[in-house]
Amino acid sequence: MAKPAADIRPNRLDKAEIDKNFADLHPPLSRSEALIEADRCYFCFDAPCTTACPTGIDIPGFIQKIRSDNVRGSAQTILRENIMGGMCARVCPTEVLCEEACVRNTHEDKPVEIGLLQRYATDPIFKNGTQLFQRAEASGKTVAVVGGGPAGLSCAHRLAMLGHQVKVFNRDSKPGGLNEYGIAAYKTVDDFAQHEVDYILSIGAIEVRSNIELGVDVTLAELRDEYDAVFLGIGLGSVNELGIENEDLPGVENAIDYIADLRQADDKSALPVGKSVVVVGGGMTAIDIAVQSKRLGAERVDIVYRRGPEQMGASKFEQNLAQTNGVTIHHWVAPTGLRDDDGAITIDVRKTELDENGRLKLIGETAIMQADIVFKAIGQRLAADKLGAELEGLKLERGKIVVDESQATSIGGVWAGGDCVMGGDDLTVSAVQHGKIAAIAIDRHLRS
Amino acid sequence: MADLTSEFLGISSPNPFWLASAPPTDKAYNVNRAFEAGWGGAVWKTLGEDPPIVNVNGPRYSALHSNDRRVIGFNNIELITDRPLQVNLDEIRQIKRDWPDRALVVSVMLPMNEETWARYVPMIEDTGADAFELNFGCPHGMSERGMGAAVGQVPEYIQMATEWCKKAATVPVIVKLTPNVTNIVPPAKAAQDGGADAVSLINTINSIMRVNYDTLTMFPTTDGMGTHGGYCGEAVKPIALNMVAEIARNAETSRLPISGIGGVTNWRDAVDFLALGASNVQVCTAAMVYGFKIIDDLTDGLSTFLDDKGMRSVAELVGKAVPSVTDWQYLNLNHVEKAHIDQDLCIECGRCHIVCEDTSHQAITNSLNGERHFEVIDDECVGCNLCVSVCPVDSCITMQPVTEGIDARTGKPIATEKANWTTHPNNPMRIANGPSGPKDE
Ligand SMILES: Cc1cc2nc3c(=O)[nH]c(=O)nc-3n(C[C@H](O)[C@H](O)[C@H](O)COP(=O)(O)OP(=O)(O)OC[C@H]3O[C@@H](n4cnc5c(N)ncnc54)[C@H](O)[C@@H]3O)c2cc1C
Ligand SMILES: Cc1cc2nc3c(=O)[nH]c(=O)nc-3n(C[C@H](O)[C@H](O)[C@H](O)COP(=O)(O)O)c2cc1C
Ligand code: SF4
Repeated sequence: MAKPAADIRPNRLDKAEIDKNFADLHPPLSRSEALIEADRCYFCFDAPCTTACPTGIDIPGFIQKIRSDNVRGSAQTILRENIMGGMCARVCPTEVLCEEACVRNTHEDKPVEIGLLQRYATDPIFKNGTQLFQRAEASGKTVAVVGGGPAGLSCAHRLAMLGHQVKVFNRDSKPGGLNEYGIAAYKTVDDFAQHEVDYILSIGAIEVRSNIELGVDVTLAELRDEYDAVFLGIGLGSVNELGIENEDLPGVENAIDYIADLRQADDKSALPVGKSVVVVGGGMTAIDIAVQSKRLGAERVDIVYRRGPEQMGASKFEQNLAQTNGVTIHHWVAPTGLRDDDGAITIDVRKTELDENGRLKLIGETAIMQADIVFKAIGQRLAADKLGAELEGLKLERGKIVVDESQATSIGGVWAGGDCVMGGDDLTVSAVQHGKIAAIAIDRHLRS
Repeated sequence: MADLTSEFLGISSPNPFWLASAPPTDKAYNVNRAFEAGWGGAVWKTLGEDPPIVNVNGPRYSALHSNDRRVIGFNNIELITDRPLQVNLDEIRQIKRDWPDRALVVSVMLPMNEETWARYVPMIEDTGADAFELNFGCPHGMSERGMGAAVGQVPEYIQMATEWCKKAATVPVIVKLTPNVTNIVPPAKAAQDGGADAVSLINTINSIMRVNYDTLTMFPTTDGMGTHGGYCGEAVKPIALNMVAEIARNAETSRLPISGIGGVTNWRDAVDFLALGASNVQVCTAAMVYGFKIIDDLTDGLSTFLDDKGMRSVAELVGKAVPSVTDWQYLNLNHVEKAHIDQDLCIECGRCHIVCEDTSHQAITNSLNGERHFEVIDDECVGCNLCVSVCPVDSCITMQPVTEGIDARTGKPIATEKANWTTHPNNPMRIANGPSGPKDE
């Protein structure tokens, strides 16, 4: 077989095609669509959807306000529980959250479109910058929030509402965390992440300091000294390794780095795209890099995942999305080695199965796959290397920060939330809830 | 196939569905289309004296909508025909000639003096129309001029005008009643006393639809000012049904033929009117909302229904439900029902629980062993039917009679004999010796 050189280049598709491919995945509802959909809500007692929402939004309540054309009141009902209700309306895997709990599933197998209704209610607020929240009388206390992602910003906003002064230290140059650098582009079009950040900050009393990294530019000890309380919402700064040979070959990339470039690109057609792409992993990131590669013009995209469809971190909807975009998902396959093949990459793979103890084992012969680009998307972890000293004294478990039900860490005066804490489900909505709970706990602490 | 042919006052029509006097029957063009579509008859848009009235040149109609803009109720401030009398008469004559098998009734509204009636009635009858319908119901505009509902609200006037019309007419006279009265029986009785061959009801109900939320004026307006209009369509059916049943079950008026009107939209609405004592039905709003094609569902649905019931004609259905209507005081207070929730159908929305808990009798659980679960507590259930009414799933909650044993709520044995308010110990005016039934039982 002739050895192919890596075929990686920009402009696989023209701008019009790219624009079409990266348009809103779920276009917003018109007013009449929203009114009709809102009418489908049964206004359940002790609504199962509300219980299923990690932030506990009063869903029947906000839908009833849509029904009566009180859209602003509806937005308030949403945002007072979840200040990122706008982003969550776009990115929540509703099929495993609120919409899964909808009793309409039992009745007719078709839940109320809660996510789309939530977007309908909140869109005008961000568009018009309508301020729905007020700050309480100034407490004179100042809180340091490390990380300007969903967890940090949610915490900051609630603290500001409760009357405290907040300083957000953020490693990246833009706030928003993975909303800005991670979420698939077609889920949050038209720079929505920054509009949402602007809205959150418009309450006042929150100062964001960009390009400041804990462990590099500032230490936890300093923050604890200077501020009345500290919240850590630093996400997961490092990418998990495959643990096989040649992981640092050119053409073997971290999916989230590529996605960050994609999200920041003014012109997506200028991004280098492999003709043939292999993605290793089974979560949201794996699906996102696969689908977005395809939509950038990759001809062939394969996902290799070492377990079955049930174990995938990506929801059924996400898996379907990959498949309808022409991505092939190979289950029970694991990469065992990477080799440079004249610029292209050869991946050794073997089949896997569970042994009698439920542990994964490799079986069968080694087969090979070829790709121009290989994306690693098998999860992230705390950047322990950089944070090293900072993490000292913090109780960790499986590389994540341990917190109690009020998001308090093992260090007094330090709270944490979002992806960096143990026991979360790595969703935007959960990060928002952590930030909110922590802010309420911090407020209680500062006032006691 | 059941025979839908209808005889009303000796006027026959291929089915019992007539278009009510209103815009759908305002001109030959519309009535032609209606008859082509299959309508059994039409009551021509109300005629008046020349010169014709004028209408506003802005919104005449407005609607109460559901969120998907289904028209639930409808309101209008239109007056009677605004075309010259002779134009209408010529068209009526032509239509009757072209459609001899359809019922063609002419609605009239005339001032309160006998000479006018004596002059116009023969002129109108000369068109060949099958009957008159006297519009004593229009609640706006015409009533300000001493006609329409201004007549219909005073039984003496109804009787007087009916007598004048009967004196001048040789064809049957139907009196159309206004629902804007506290008791429908006296107007019906007055029509009967005046010699009316039948009554038709209801005309529209006084109404204001809403306000304009921007201008905080009533809605709709004509150049900033509005006036109450007549309410009709699906929302008014229950009001109309009660009035029809009241006339049908009252000993003094029970022999008066009734043409039922008000909210008829599908064949089941027609079954309601017929079973409660109407001999045919008239339709306005549903035709204005959907067009004449709805006649297909009306006739087909009614005929299938009659077949299913083993009835051969519409006449067999007329009045079937009237004996089941009585006064509250004659309801059997010994009868006990309890709600029952079919757990296989329950989707666990919990609406039954919260409404019973908040507003009724705290008779539905919300959990069982810590799990979401809704079940009726017989000890508390008074059988009010609220839960059945709010449950979104058809037939999930049903009312089930308790026919023996003990009523778990009262702890009293279920009595097999009937007993009503007339004999109840709590009734200070009770009849001493045993239960009594309604007068005509
Ligand atoms: C590719 C991808 C797709 C995803 N898609 C979805 C989705 O569709 N739906 C969904 O619900 N969730 C999705 N997620 C998960 C979701 O994005 C995260 O759960 C969420 O962003 C977590 O919020 P966070 O605030 O904890 O962390 P992050 O969003 O990671 O924010 C962390 C912030 O902290 C800053 N920071 C990091 N380290 C430091 C430091 N040392 N000092 C100072 N600042 C620091 C960063 O600059 C960043 O602003 C996705 C994740 C990825 C990676
Ligand atoms: C726009 C409109 C105009 C009407 N005009 C008349 C009329 O001229 N004469 C009359 O007797 N009733 C008139 N009505 C009343 C209808 O004939 C009918 O009695 C009433 O609308 C209830 O029936 P529905 O619910 O089927 O519409 C009118 C109703 C509407 C909606
Ligand atoms: S019938 Fe009335 S009292 Fe009985 S359970 Fe239903 S709502 Fe409650």
